[in-house]
Amino acid sequence: MAIYLLKRIALLLPLLLGITLITFTVIHLAPGEPVEMQTSMSPKITAETRQRLREYYGLDKPLYVQYGLWLGRLATLDFGRSFAPDNRPVLDKIKERIPVTLSLNLMAMIVEFGLALPIGILAAVRRNTLLDKGLTLFVFLGFAIPTFWLALLLMYFFGVKLEWLPVSGLHSLGSERLSFVPWLLDMARHLILPVGVASFGSLAGLSRYTRSTMLEVIGQDYITTARAKGLPERVVILKHALRNALLPVITLLGFSLPGLIGGSVIFETIFAIPGMGQLFFMGVMARDYPLVMGILVIGAGLTLVGNLLADLCYALADPRIRHGGR
Amino acid sequence: MTFRWIHTVLPLLLLLVGCSVADPPGSPPPRSSGTVANGDTIVTGSIGEASTLIPLLASDAASHAIAGYIYNGLVKYDKELNLVGDLAQSWEVSPDGQVITFHLRRGVKWQDGHEFTSRDVLYTYRVTIDPKTPTSYAEDFKQVKKVESPDPYTIRVIYDHPFAPALASWGTSILPAHLLEGKDITRSELARRPVGTGPYKFKEWVAGQKITLEAYEGYFEGRPHLERVVDRLIPDSSTMYMELKAGGIDMMNLTPVQFQRQTVGISFLERFNKYRYPASSYVYLGYNLSNPLFSDVRVRRALTHAINKEELVQGVLLGMGQSAKGPYKPGSWGWNPNIQDPVYDPAAARELLAQAGWNHTDGDGILVKGGKPFRFTVLTNQGNAERLKTAQIIQQRLRAVGIEMKIRVIEWASFITHFIDTRNFEAVILGWSLGQDPDIFDVWHSSKTGKKELNFIGYRNEEVDRLIVAGRGTFDQKERQRCYWRIQEILARDQPYTFLYVPDALPTVSSRFRGIVPAPAGISYDFIHWYVPKGEQKYTQ
Repeated sequence: MAIYLLKRIALLLPLLLGITLITFTVIHLAPGEPVEMQTSMSPKITAETRQRLREYYGLDKPLYVQYGLWLGRLATLDFGRSFAPDNRPVLDKIKERIPVTLSLNLMAMIVEFGLALPIGILAAVRRNTLLDKGLTLFVFLGFAIPTFWLALLLMYFFGVKLEWLPVSGLHSLGSERLSFVPWLLDMARHLILPVGVASFGSLAGLSRYTRSTMLEVIGQDYITTARAKGLPERVVILKHALRNALLPVITLLGFSLPGLIGGSVIFETIFAIPGMGQLFFMGVMARDYPLVMGILVIGAGLTLVGNLLADLCYALADPRIRHGGR
Repeated sequence: MTFRWIHTVLPLLLLLVGCSVADPPGSPPPRSSGTVANGDTIVTGSIGEASTLIPLLASDAASHAIAGYIYNGLVKYDKELNLVGDLAQSWEVSPDGQVITFHLRRGVKWQDGHEFTSRDVLYTYRVTIDPKTPTSYAEDFKQVKKVESPDPYTIRVIYDHPFAPALASWGTSILPAHLLEGKDITRSELARRPVGTGPYKFKEWVAGQKITLEAYEGYFEGRPHLERVVDRLIPDSSTMYMELKAGGIDMMNLTPVQFQRQTVGISFLERFNKYRYPASSYVYLGYNLSNPLFSDVRVRRALTHAINKEELVQGVLLGMGQSAKGPYKPGSWGWNPNIQDPVYDPAAARELLAQAGWNHTDGDGILVKGGKPFRFTVLTNQGNAERLKTAQIIQQRLRAVGIEMKIRVIEWASFITHFIDTRNFEAVILGWSLGQDPDIFDVWHSSKTGKKELNFIGYRNEEVDRLIVAGRGTFDQKERQRCYWRIQEILARDQPYTFLYVPDALPTVSSRFRGIVPAPAGISYDFIHWYVPKGEQKYTQ
């Protein structure tokens, strides 16, 4: 087990290096440079000014030199400074956005798992009944409706017509003067729509997945045995079947780890939520290379760690894998 | 003239020109003006987040919008769009036009209490032209030979030759020398915590959410009435509109559809005032003049004859705009009201095309010359629905005279690098936004046809060149006007662009704000005099 772990960790580094190399190349392949985006078609810019800006950002050097320099800085965990005119350290920009995205995604994930698992189990147990079909319809509706459209409808209904909920943003104006509990309530009101819309959209995948693994497990011999022993159906499903059915779900949980810091652009844009998705999108549009690379590296790192953790949890939870090597 | 390439709808740029209050039928009676009072907050929305609050380093509209509240220049445009003193009390231009002497206001204090003097102006000039400063505004000051300050309240600027746009360039935001001198401006904390001389001082910036400004008690023109300005970042325009309706923001620019169809109910009109005036921009169909298809002036005139501009204004802008005939905004002093360009007349278009040799049609009804059909592709940029609609309407009109036009929509960065810079286009639909000064050197002078330069259609006309140079070489407005009027006659004759339309700016402001007087300069030129009567204030505390 320990050797397996070491092997996996040793493999992470070259993998990460490969990812950075590919992303670095791809970003630089996109037409337009940061200088370009700031200055294109402005009459105030002469070739000389443009050259000056390129030198300032180090864009005049060959690509492999730029990559080497960037990698060298990364080795000391320095993500560099943003190419945006504010020139702030990339890490600062990411740091102020991560808490928002992380907490929002965590909430959405809790709601998602909290709803999708029971839905999946219920649909499996009552397979092919009206309930199963109704639930299926419900989750696929969430999957199929474009997020932005649903979000706008809900905003209009709850925000403009009924005036029950705020339309967008995270806080009301002047909320900084509130004491903690009212402040929290204010933020909670702002979060109802985004969290609701986000989790509604992702119910389908998880609930359908739970349903199918559950069905598979229910068909197994040991479930028949459990039933034959005369155990009540509740115990059969929740104790014997569920445990085994949840195994693959752990993998999904591992996969959603990087998703926790990767915000959705459309979603954050619509609700005016200052998260990672927006930051990344604006970075890409402005060709802010250090920022984009910074976010991608962190994302890639988390994906790799997430996969590793998922595999480990899997091994811990499933004795067949744990002992498989022997 | 500041041309800025506009490729998305500019958010909340209210510093626009030529103004009238919209008065739709069924609007509620005007409210009483109430008594002038200090207090309340105005909440605005911005599509993009400001990047830096040192305007010298910023190239985005959002940053400049905020910085506009915080800083002053030496000069500014008043409500009639005349240049008047701002931090400069007055100025003189020497008889030969080569020396401008500014007399600075005395007793102006920076928001941190330090006194404003000529040292700040000198610093701003030096840091702007410093090759190490990553700014896009150095060009304005390249013509300057020398800047000197005989005493703390006088600035003398010496030019090699008279340069009319120079005066307006001193409207650039003056930066505080005492906080910046000897430091690296790109690392300065003023980018996030600016200090200026303007009516509002910086209070707070919550990244990705909002920027809050507070009235500056010591402002030299008097304290502004509105206590606070909050600019919220709302990246989606539909969300912004809903925030407006829900009362989350107090002011935004409407689209023609919103203005004409969605904000006409009595409940909206009771809560908001709508304004309407021509925006400082125009949209055009530009031809690549080095392409043999368009090198013949008869063909270009025929194309203009074939396009119904009035139909574009109605169809694309729902009437919220006017057709354009030249590169100036109707009503501005550079604009020539007597211009006659080819009117909509498909028969005349066919006639001209026939003269140019396009006199047969093939099986599909497309004109043919020398065995080649008249087909071309027009390019426009992604994310601008108005321009796409414009292209589609033009497509139909050209088809009717036997020309097949294809439409291709391209993402902005590729558009510039792969098509404009390489001259790899036949025609484009794009827009220019216009500054107040009528100098059009950058877009129309034949020396500006190089790579990355703005005369990318390759227009060359010796008389226009001469007139442009003459127009920027004198401070005499009558003389300048003569030059620009003649240029418009030549452009109307040559049709290097088909000038399509000038859209209207359609701002709306919550009706609790009083003291808004529309003028040629738009509505926000006297923002410091806007107020909310005591009883109607929404954000007290």
